[in-house]
Amino acid sequence: MKFLVCISNVPDTTTKITFTPDNKEFNKAGVQFVINPWDEYALTRAIELKEAAGSGTVTVLNVGEADTEPNIRKALAIGADDAIRVNAAPQDAFFVAEQIAAVAKEGGYDVILMGKESIDYNGFQVHGMVGEMLGIPTVAPAMKLDMNGNTATLEREIEGGKEIVTVTTPFVASCQQPMCEPRIPNMRGIMTARTKPLKVVPPVGEPARTQVAEYALPPKKQGVKLIPAENAGELIKLLRNEAKVI
Amino acid sequence: MSVLVVVECADGEVKKSSLEVATYGAEVAAMLGTTATAIAVGEATEANLAKLGEQGITKVLYDAEPRLKDFVNNAYTKLIATAAEQEQAKVIILANSNIGAAVGSRLSVRLKASLATNAVELPKTDNGQFVVRRGAFSGKAFSDVVLSGERKIIAVKKNSTEAKHEAGKTAEVQSFTAQLTDADFADAPTQVVMQDQAGGILLPEADRVVSGGRGMKGPENWGLIEDLAKALHAATACSKPVSDVDWRPHHEHVGQTGITVSPNLYIACGISGAIQHLAGVNSSKVIVVINKDPEAPFFKAADYGIVGDVFDVLPKLTAAVKELG
Ligand SMILES: Cc1cc2nc3c(=O)[nH]c(=O)nc-3n(C[C@H](O)[C@H](O)[C@H](O)COP(=O)(O)OP(=O)(O)OC[C@H]3O[C@@H](n4cnc5c(N)ncnc54)[C@H](O)[C@@H]3O)c2cc1C
Repeated sequence: MKFLVCISNVPDTTTKITFTPDNKEFNKAGVQFVINPWDEYALTRAIELKEAAGSGTVTVLNVGEADTEPNIRKALAIGADDAIRVNAAPQDAFFVAEQIAAVAKEGGYDVILMGKESIDYNGFQVHGMVGEMLGIPTVAPAMKLDMNGNTATLEREIEGGKEIVTVTTPFVASCQQPMCEPRIPNMRGIMTARTKPLKVVPPVGEPARTQVAEYALPPKKQGVKLIPAENAGELIKLLRNEAKVI
Repeated sequence: MSVLVVVECADGEVKKSSLEVATYGAEVAAMLGTTATAIAVGEATEANLAKLGEQGITKVLYDAEPRLKDFVNNAYTKLIATAAEQEQAKVIILANSNIGAAVGSRLSVRLKASLATNAVELPKTDNGQFVVRRGAFSGKAFSDVVLSGERKIIAVKKNSTEAKHEAGKTAEVQSFTAQLTDADFADAPTQVVMQDQAGGILLPEADRVVSGGRGMKGPENWGLIEDLAKALHAATACSKPVSDVDWRPHHEHVGQTGITVSPNLYIACGISGAIQHLAGVNSSKVIVVINKDPEAPFFKAADYGIVGDVFDVLPKLTAAVKELG
């Protein structure tokens, strides 16, 4: 089984979000970038399934410029076999999906996994676009993935419950918890990652279909209004009469 | 130039988030000088679909094919794409739900449309550009995106617009068929399992949420959370460590790696307010924090707070809600 796992490079969760003075770009200065947390589920599950089958390969794919390579190496250290970087700044979900679809077609992958969304753009879009571009099923968001030969059984989250879906390869799934416990690299993994192949390819396809005109920050909170614990009931009156939410 | 709204239904009823989307769609249609048609997916009654007139929808298309009761990505995509072609829809609006996101992304490729998900406001059409404000950076910012394609798809975040109810207005319900074949149902679910929802309120759609963290000490104390939730007609939720140790089911876990919620009222009980938790709840309109540690980071994100012991405070709050009647 050939797994293709898509990872995106995102600001660490604890990052304070700021923008350039014209509000047109995210301010990267001093920001630590990590593998998108949702993608870690996809990566770990692919490695687990490969190990359980005793054969197969896990390729990681990132659409990004050279500064994403430390996180690609981290994915290799976690257990992926090789990596591909499409050398382009990700413009929008459509552009990224086109790159993934092109790589997937070229490499003949059986299972394409990714996280449900990235924690910076919060698009929740790439999975469906890739599935449609390749004309194969997408299961999104998937909470469980088991494979039996070419047949996969997935649990897909729906509002208020889950669907059990069976598909045959090739397919796309976007992963979320509680699919697995994401792995962290160990020393041996870090050492071997240095020698694993990382191929850089140019971007393909059409231009992006959306452009960010501007970023904005939400209005600052007024500050917390504290109610003494002895008068806890007072809070309920405030929620009704002042905040008008009950 | 019509507007097509995708309305999700379950058990015969239109979902709350779809009533919001219907209102949003009708407002976009008014902006563009046209009318809004809905395509209903899931199981719906004709009477409930006709009531979408209250949200400003003029016509509702419905395909009564029984296999469409459960979500099937390929079949739903084809159904909605067929309706979009029939109606010559230039703008398609969906809920930013698990169905909306799955279908919206496939549709955007099929219809060559620009897609904005997680939209939090009505679009702006100044200077000939079509701009949608959407949530980004896990609720820590917004991005205004220009949808440059001929066709546009918008997935609207739950609870970010209010559904209007103009009593007495009805929509015309028309039967519709997308000529679906067996192949369109190849990815149909083999089983659908619904979870027990506290008081029947779906967490992702809830107006109010009462949530507990590790400060609740153990599952045996969840009655305190449930009592307040019941009194407030709220859904219940929890922090990640609580679901990790199985005090509560995974579908109640909110946060960066759990469900994102944006209710009008979020009450956090014994939750520290770690940034990963905040990422899933920080777009709630009003946040209340109850924590015995005055230094708990959650107080910084809160509108109202009580520094106190949850075991003492929660029963008082429940009693006060009951007193309100
Ligand atoms: C990659 C990643 C993703 C994550 N995703 C999520 C996520 O999606 N959701 C999430 O919630 N977390 C997530 N976390 C975990 C997060 O960092 C915190 O560990 C978690 O939110 C803490 O949960 P808690 O506040 O319930 O517990 P604690 O941090 O243990 O806090 C308990 C709080 O209860 C208070 N307390 C104790 N007793 C009482 C009492 N009797 N009365 C009142 N207050 C009391 C304490 O003062 C404390 O503030 C993630 C972490 C990582 C690294």
